Amino acid sequence: MKLGLVIDLDTCVGCHACATACKEWNGASAISGPLSDYEPYGAEPSGVWFNRVRHFEVGEYPASKTVNFPMSCLHCADAACVTVCPTGASYKREDGIVLVDQDKCMGCNLCAWACPYGARELDRASGTMKKCTLCVDRIHNDELPEAERQPACVLACPAHARFFGDFDDPGSAVSRMSADRGGFGLLEELGYQPVNRYLPPRDPPEVARKAIAPDRDSAGGAGALQRLIDAAKRFAVR
Amino acid sequence: MKVPAENRPLPQSPVTFRRVEYSTCYMCACRCGIKVTVENERIRFIQGNPDHPVNGGVLCAKGSAGIMKQESPAKLRKPLLRKPGSERGSGEFDEIEWDQALDMLTARLAKIRSTNPTELAFFTGRDQMQALSGMWAQQFGTPNWSAHGGFCSVNMAVAGLYTIGYSFWEFGAPDWDHAKYFVLWGVAEDHSSNPIKIGLEKLKRHGAKFVSVNPVRTGYSAIADEWVPIRPGTDGLLALAIVHVLLSDGTIDFESLSRYTNAPWLVIDAPGTPEDGLFARDADGNPLVHDERSNAFVNSMGADIRPSLFGAYTLADGRAVRTVLSLAAERYLDVRYAPETVAAECGVPADQIRNIARDMAHVAFKETIELPIRWTDMWGRTHDRVIGRPVAMYAMRGISAHSNGFQTCRALHLIQMLLGALDGPGNFRARTPYPRRIPLRSLPENDPAVIFAPNTPLKRMPNGNPTRPEDLVIDAEGRPLRIDRAYSWESPLSAHGMMHMVITNAANHDPYPIDTLLLFMANMAWNSSMNTSGVREMLKRKDAAGAYAIPFIVVVDAFHSETVNFADLVLPDTTYLERYDAISLLDRPISEADTAADAIRHPIVATGRDVRPWQDVLVELASRLKFPAFTLPDGTRKFASYRDFIVNYEKLPGIGFLAGWRGENGESHLRGAPNPKQWETYIEHQSYFSYQFPENMRYYRYANKDYLEFAEKHALFGTPPVPVIMQIYSEPLQKFRLAGRGDYPGPQPRNAIDRERLVRYFDPLPFWYAPLEGARIPRDEYPFHAITQRPMMMYHSWDSQNAWLRQILSANRLYMNRGAAHALGLADDDWVWVASHHGRIRCQIRTMEGVEPHTVWTWNAVGKQAGAWGLAADASESTAGFLLNHLISELLPTGSDDERRLTNSDPVTGQAAWFDLRVKITKAAPGETGVWPVFAATGPLPHEATARADMLRWNAGAK
Repeated sequence: MKLGLVIDLDTCVGCHACATACKEWNGASAISGPLSDYEPYGAEPSGVWFNRVRHFEVGEYPASKTVNFPMSCLHCADAACVTVCPTGASYKREDGIVLVDQDKCMGCNLCAWACPYGARELDRASGTMKKCTLCVDRIHNDELPEAERQPACVLACPAHARFFGDFDDPGSAVSRMSADRGGFGLLEELGYQPVNRYLPPRDPPEVARKAIAPDRDSAGGAGALQRLIDAAKRFAVR
Repeated sequence: MKVPAENRPLPQSPVTFRRVEYSTCYMCACRCGIKVTVENERIRFIQGNPDHPVNGGVLCAKGSAGIMKQESPAKLRKPLLRKPGSERGSGEFDEIEWDQALDMLTARLAKIRSTNPTELAFFTGRDQMQALSGMWAQQFGTPNWSAHGGFCSVNMAVAGLYTIGYSFWEFGAPDWDHAKYFVLWGVAEDHSSNPIKIGLEKLKRHGAKFVSVNPVRTGYSAIADEWVPIRPGTDGLLALAIVHVLLSDGTIDFESLSRYTNAPWLVIDAPGTPEDGLFARDADGNPLVHDERSNAFVNSMGADIRPSLFGAYTLADGRAVRTVLSLAAERYLDVRYAPETVAAECGVPADQIRNIARDMAHVAFKETIELPIRWTDMWGRTHDRVIGRPVAMYAMRGISAHSNGFQTCRALHLIQMLLGALDGPGNFRARTPYPRRIPLRSLPENDPAVIFAPNTPLKRMPNGNPTRPEDLVIDAEGRPLRIDRAYSWESPLSAHGMMHMVITNAANHDPYPIDTLLLFMANMAWNSSMNTSGVREMLKRKDAAGAYAIPFIVVVDAFHSETVNFADLVLPDTTYLERYDAISLLDRPISEADTAADAIRHPIVATGRDVRPWQDVLVELASRLKFPAFTLPDGTRKFASYRDFIVNYEKLPGIGFLAGWRGENGESHLRGAPNPKQWETYIEHQSYFSYQFPENMRYYRYANKDYLEFAEKHALFGTPPVPVIMQIYSEPLQKFRLAGRGDYPGPQPRNAIDRERLVRYFDPLPFWYAPLEGARIPRDEYPFHAITQRPMMMYHSWDSQNAWLRQILSANRLYMNRGAAHALGLADDDWVWVASHHGRIRCQIRTMEGVEPHTVWTWNAVGKQAGAWGLAADASESTAGFLLNHLISELLPTGSDDERRLTNSDPVTGQAAWFDLRVKITKAAPGETGVWPVFAATGPLPHEATARADMLRWNAGAK
């Protein structure tokens, strides 16, 4: 299996719903919670998040585009973080999820340096590295209704910009969506074979307005009024 | 290459007790359904309720962070009384018992009620219980009540209700499933949280085109297919240029205009007389039309007629009349509204305007939707299908928060009416209990004998919808009877009151002094006021004898807002996870286009503090003060609690606050006897009720016989059911204009400025005028428009106390167009002075491409006063956050020497004109750094920790 996410940049409005849903599920999860928050009510609040949404602009006014870009672990097939881990804490599961065994992690940071995506966060309180688990304690959890065996970010996303599934199965919704929409991985050239796919913004639809526009301009005036009056007479109503 | 895979045992959660509850979110105003998992009596997980009609399982960032609101250190713990001898605003309090607090308040209110009830002003903020608080004020007998709509979205509400019978914001929603072309006008990214996000995704999936008209490209606008970076305040001009193109091209829906709008109604042309500009009517008061079949003037409501849409006629009695559409076409075909004329003012190229109009027309008339649904119109004709012209629109603050917002919103509705694109498939559709008749039959109480009567409820509600000068809330001399001057000549249609004027007027004793100001959940000493520094001074103002200008201030809130510090008495409320709430059809319901719906909240966790739900306190005060609706004939209380009130109170026979599971055994919906187990039944059904309309009642409800008859039967419309004819031309506006001209046979304003404003702004046809502030100051001196929005993950002032959300945003910058900044020699991180006609602030800029070059903007309400909201004194919100509010005056710049100061509001509705603000920007001198102004930190409340934990390790119920 190769479990992962499809993230649709065409509908992501950058609302951070995925990030906070992740924070609340995983904060109280036994896998790697709690996720510490530093200065929660103080000068410079910060903390451990598995998913962060970046915002940037492309192009110049007025043709500029604003892009919202959620970032979390991409669960690489050839995960450098696993290769470099000196204690064996970072490992890859048979379903493709990359996890950190909190009991084995000594917080040496090697994995964070190895990860080109900045997907790992050191929890200063526990002294261990933490990262997206794809909600491993949801997706295989028989106690949850079947429809809710999804990562918290996918369930929450109000713009339905996130989808979860198995990329090893070419017939899965995520595989098909990625194929149809030109899904791409991040920094593929580095060779880590990231699993998560991003769907690029689509081209704006064209309205065939020429079919309705008259040849003349829209200058208004008396001629236009007379045309309206004539047109109105053609409509029998009531 | 792949790394080797292995499976290891996973740690298990040590949960010993788990329960799941369904309730309704209150992290913003959307009221999404939530599913709450509680472990070991602490909130473990809040997720969207998959079955809920509002959010269908999804949940925004605020909703998921509800846990951190529940954990907030800013929660108030116990009633507070200002420390004897301390100054108001210093935030020095003693904790007192509830009995003492309620005794003190009851005695004070009883004295006011028995002497002069207008001395109580009760105003509420983010209130989802206006049906109860309005009823409470009505029973008290004070006209001085309102919620915050006057500074939020009243322009949308009034323009909609006086024009199409429903409105943008809460009384309608786009048909996301069918729309093929969607225009979002001036919607900041925080509004209508989940529904808009869900809807935009639906549009994108089925290939609709999404256009966003907004000076700022963030949030929803980021994913727009076409971004129209308009100059703030010119949306009405753009809309009327679109109207110009539609009329020039002849791409309008003649049939729909003829049937469902007043386009063919006849307007009397008799300048200088009391009936000039009014509709010609028959002896029964029905508006007349010219019937082409009979060539006679007939009742417009008749069935077998063919009304002329255009024409000038002479009635039998010699009066000259013209059709509404003739008047409209003449106005909008004028070169004044041609795309080329408006392009520079709007900042939108003429070709783009023309293309938008033609896109709309193409989709409306060439991509028409037909659904095989039989329905019957109000004239008794059955149709075998519904036709949709699938152009939808939605609009909010960018339209609403300007002093021309009412007429701008009417212009948007005019486009919809011309396209025949209302309440059909793919349109902006009504949400029950809308549409309503136009005009609504709900007038504000305005009889001085009733208003000043001691111990007597008002006969009508304090708020309503005036239709003519006689409906104003003024005395015989024309002076306002309300403290906020709502429904006076200055703001005749201020249907949601004018909360933004209350403190200024009360402190100035103009129109009169009050005794007690009761504020619920409104941060008036901070981000919810214009002129924040001035308002804070007014709250503390004393006369020469040392008495406060506003003698007594009561603040009700669940959290330690900046305003709490200005209270004499603080009543601590509960959180949304701790109390009962009814989200009622009598109030701001959660209905969607196809359903009538309401919802509840119920206590999911214990408070652990000495706090009470404000609803219970209202019922308690009403009982102590012996309000008739809350008291039995023997003088004892009628309702034990809010919970009891909701079940047993009937507004009309069978109509109560909750519509589901009525009847003694829960067998009736929408109408039925009280059900003693109603709360329990709601809780069993995931805390919401939803009645789905059959297909034949879903569309064209303004003229849908089955729907309107059903709605009448269930008190969702009024009696009798009548077609809701949409008003391109608004006669109520003309009546006020006649009063301004001196031609109205009734009350008329006495001074020049009021007369002038009525004549100019109460135009019965939509028109555009420059926002008022900008027209009174030199444009060149203040070249930038300054606006605000809230980020998607925060709601007004509420969320800086939220340990997770403030990690996403805890300070703000002033955002500027990069090119415009460079032209001023400014670059990222520069400190600048931002000055308006009213004041100045210092802040730091950030440049961006996605903002219209004449516009600057920032996040609203991120800046905080040190010491409030449970934050440390050095929290970044108070050291690096700032408010634009200091630049915005609640009063307009003076126009002429003899003119009194006028409210900075829409002259029709009294809507606060937040976005009219014009500023100049100059680079701060070297060494001038840091935000300014800064307000001194207030001390901690009793039992509020002085130190803040430097680490939070939330893990819910885990041991």
